[in-house]
Amino acid sequence: MAVADLMDQVATTRLDELVSWCRKSSLWPMPFATACCGIELMAAGASRHDIARFGAEVFRFSPRQCDLMIVAGRVVMKMLPVLQRIWQQMPEPKWCISMGACASSGGVFDTYCVVQGIDRFIPVDMYVPGCPPRPEQLIQAVVDLQEKIQREGTMFGKEFYIASRQQTKRALQEPK
Amino acid sequence: MPIAETFAALRAVFGDLPTSEFRGATRVVVPAERIYEVLEFLKGKHGFDLLVDITCVDYLNYPGAKDRFGLVYLLADTDANQRLTIRTFVNEPEPVVRSVVGLWDGANWLEREVWDMFGIRFAGHPDLRRILLPDEFTAFPLRKDYPLQGLGERHNFPVLTRGKS
Repeated sequence: MAVADLMDQVATTRLDELVSWCRKSSLWPMPFATACCGIELMAAGASRHDIARFGAEVFRFSPRQCDLMIVAGRVVMKMLPVLQRIWQQMPEPKWCISMGACASSGGVFDTYCVVQGIDRFIPVDMYVPGCPPRPEQLIQAVVDLQEKIQREGTMFGKEFYIASRQQTKRALQEPK
Repeated sequence: MPIAETFAALRAVFGDLPTSEFRGATRVVVPAERIYEVLEFLKGKHGFDLLVDITCVDYLNYPGAKDRFGLVYLLADTDANQRLTIRTFVNEPEPVVRSVVGLWDGANWLEREVWDMFGIRFAGHPDLRRILLPDEFTAFPLRKDYPLQGLGERHNFPVLTRGKS
């Protein structure tokens, strides 16, 4: 076998990029659907929009098997400890999409029991605006997240520690 | 049994109770300490066998209101297809009425909900806990003096970051 043939059979890349490519092409979503956004989430998974085209179709209802949490709908204060526990049960590396106005900011529900944005209490990678967002928007968020994983991802998750430093700087509490 | 007869029987037993009617819906106002007797009488002797709902109104700052809380019992007679609203009023600092779980088992959760939202105690209730809000909640959020956006309960959680989780 000549050395010239070898170049047709071998590709060279960085290990981080290879790992990120594997991860981004096989996202396993954890559907945390609490409201009408959950219906759009189902539509995104169904045949017409078909999130499987982007490798993220394997919805699992056990957080142990997932690496992408999609929070679709409003989260109330009784639900938030559950959300945090599920987030902690997911294995690393993991990402989070905050789908819709309610998950991202509380939406129109500015009341005593509705959490005003899940990003106050868990890390969020992608925000999807809309009330509820169309399935295309969710798919766009998945595609953007894949791009982010490919761009920033590292084999041992260094990028998460950088993200955590950024998050502690943000003002998370409500002004008194 | 026509509703007028029920009213007449109520008046004969419990004295002159204020009644009113609006578009076919009839209401009777009874004193809080006699609510159990009235409901027992209506269930036992007048066929109001179904307790549809127990709910409450907070009359704080309501024009012309004399009492703080108005409790509402919605009854139905499933044989005669009649409905009746029983109202009673309770006040702070210790709003309490006698529980009607002894009459209708279904009152259990309804009374728990009124306790949860308005803080009205039901004496004799077998299990008066919060039903909708978390157990550690301390306020009664449907009272009018509770702020709409709460007292910070919705922000009283640990913040999970990437480093911690």
